[in-house]
Amino acid sequence: MKKRAAVAISVIAVGSLLGIAGCTSTPSDSSEKTIKVSYIKTDAFTALDDLFTKVKPEFEAANPGVTVELDPIAATDDDYKTKLALSHRSAETAPDVFYEDQGNVRSDAEAGYLLALDDYVAEWEDWSEFTDAAKQAGAGDDGKIYSVSLGTDTRAIWYNKTVMTNAGIDVPWEPQSWDDILVAARKIKASDPSVVPFNLYAGTGTGEGSNMQGFYELLYGTDLGGDALYDSESNKWVVGSDGFTESLEFLKTIYDEGLALTPAQALDPNIWKSVFGEMFPDAKLGGTVEGSYTPSFWVEGGSFEWPEYATEMGATAFPTKDGQAPGGVSMSGGWTLAVGSKSENPQLAFDFMAQALSFENALEYDNVNAQIAVRKDVAADDSYLGANPFVGAVTDLVEVTHFRPSTSIYNQISVEVQKASEAVITGKMSPAEAAASYDAAVTSIAGDDMVIEK
Amino acid sequence: MTAEVISTAQGAQSERRPGPQRSGRRSALKKISRFVRMIPLVPAIIIMVVFLAGPIIWSFYGSLTNAALSGANAANSSFIGFDNYVKLFNDPVFPQSLWITIVFTLASAVISQNVLGLGIALVVTRANKKLATIVSSTVVGAWILPEIVAAFVCYAYFSQDGTLNQILALVGLTGPNWLYTFPLLAVILANLWRGTAFSLLVYQAALNDVPPEISEAAMIDGAGGAKRLFFVTVPMIKNTITTNLMLITLQTLSVFTLIYVMTSGGPGNDSTTLPILAYKEAFRFGNIGYGTAIATILLVIGAIFSIIYIRAARPSKD
Repeated sequence: MKKRAAVAISVIAVGSLLGIAGCTSTPSDSSEKTIKVSYIKTDAFTALDDLFTKVKPEFEAANPGVTVELDPIAATDDDYKTKLALSHRSAETAPDVFYEDQGNVRSDAEAGYLLALDDYVAEWEDWSEFTDAAKQAGAGDDGKIYSVSLGTDTRAIWYNKTVMTNAGIDVPWEPQSWDDILVAARKIKASDPSVVPFNLYAGTGTGEGSNMQGFYELLYGTDLGGDALYDSESNKWVVGSDGFTESLEFLKTIYDEGLALTPAQALDPNIWKSVFGEMFPDAKLGGTVEGSYTPSFWVEGGSFEWPEYATEMGATAFPTKDGQAPGGVSMSGGWTLAVGSKSENPQLAFDFMAQALSFENALEYDNVNAQIAVRKDVAADDSYLGANPFVGAVTDLVEVTHFRPSTSIYNQISVEVQKASEAVITGKMSPAEAAASYDAAVTSIAGDDMVIEK
Repeated sequence: MTAEVISTAQGAQSERRPGPQRSGRRSALKKISRFVRMIPLVPAIIIMVVFLAGPIIWSFYGSLTNAALSGANAANSSFIGFDNYVKLFNDPVFPQSLWITIVFTLASAVISQNVLGLGIALVVTRANKKLATIVSSTVVGAWILPEIVAAFVCYAYFSQDGTLNQILALVGLTGPNWLYTFPLLAVILANLWRGTAFSLLVYQAALNDVPPEISEAAMIDGAGGAKRLFFVTVPMIKNTITTNLMLITLQTLSVFTLIYVMTSGGPGNDSTTLPILAYKEAFRFGNIGYGTAIATILLVIGAIFSIIYIRAARPSKD
């Protein structure tokens, strides 16, 4: 009996050791090359999957012995970024080509996740078609090119004309100041309490989106303008500014008066799906700040098909606080494609990326996904200009648009901004308290000598 | 089992029989055989060290660095001593989160799951078989569900347009958004619902081992229901209670999926227990070193609870 137990234990022990040994390495076949491509694919975002699914067979046919392994990740932007960063920590899991938020390029380049592409783009004839702004969007702190832009975007107020008209507001609606927004929103609330008059995203639920489509439109429209978050002259983070507190106060006003979504709704990471899928089509939302890519959800084949959007919706610039110059505010971001620094076949990876970014593919992607083109030849194409009725309006916003500070600690600062707006809309802190808490957090992250009192 | 033990004991005795003159060689042999018997344990010990002690030491080391998910500190993290802990103890979120963790653990596990589990077990052992089967299978149902499914069920139950508010609407009441207005209560109730089955099963097994004669004897001596419970049944299953408390405390301290799915720790930090805080800091905000420091604190808290329970479970001289 004892002997049998001992044998059993040994078998289990040896077996598990063998199991461990078996896990350590899988030899790869040198003749077969695999390019792993990671990107986001959700029920609401399939444009990139469509693009890669189209490019994959073409690329494999042109490069015998190469397999393109598509790795679509169904996740929110923030979860995707986390997963991507974790996968970069080991050569076993790191993708060769991947979808990278422009806002993360510098930080990820500094982390050593991205391959410098200067030598590759130098030999790429299409590179000259990219605008200088687009080229810069993919640069790292050291000035090298780390990623190539897929397209950019701007942000505008999207409003429902029926809701506006029902509330007695003339369309086209062009608010000139924050007060104009409040006046219109209060009118809507008075005319139909079941309608959400004007939403601005806030809090950590929607992550970076709540800053890009909410707080920054306010902050960059205050007196410090483009330097309201990060002072470009001294290259320091701004603390103690009136604009920050005023922006939080505006959020507090619209949330406290019930002009925006309820705080509980605003903190739901999936709320934007209701905004696009239900609230606007059902005329239950007056207006909100959203990206230039908005029509892509409503066009035929989009996630929330609603062909009437072309006549039902309007787009206008978000006003500055008191209507001061330049009269409007927009934020730009966009996503890029990059090559992993641990890639075993960097040239192949770049070639795949370059093919995905070719004229035809970029045109198709920009049109389907309602992106603002970064290739000059695409921007001049008739089909691009006629892709949806709003292309002209949102492209004009490039004039008043702002980019996020391109520093490697930006992501941590962004989280602090989200926390501040969440504390205000949930009533946990007053705008002044939240601003003070933000200042303390920024000082702790950036260091005393990297902040400037304004 | 008993027969086997006796036969082994006899075997051991018969081995001991040979005369004293050979005892020196015997003891040397014994030493060798003891060593040989240890050999099969070596792989197990190695596995324990590699997979249990290793990660703990590694995570403790990680908490002493400024490792990050992105940026310069991701490429080259450096040793920063106890800075993360200093920062943690100065962070206003930490005491709040620690308090929430303790409230969550005490309320949903130590008190609710434990008492309710024992209560239902007492009812089930006394009730007729049909009722007992229905009750215990209903309770165990929640335990069988994978945690992620249970979490979605609770989300659907407590959310704004959820089952609970629809039931309330039937009687003309408008319920609040439970996950937003009472997030901690919602997750406590959810964990209570999900975890009670464990205590129920443990106590059911223990109660079945309590000899009915003792209870009957107490009854003949004139002890009422409550007296019999507190002076006869509870002392007899004391060790089971301690073991159960230890297991459910440790389980509840590390609950993540349930809370993350239901409230993500929000609104604000109102339902952020330490595991949620550690996850948020490490993976959402990218501060791996800081998140690991929180995880290390959680490990210490778990260890403190374990020591308390293990001491309590030590057999008293009876």
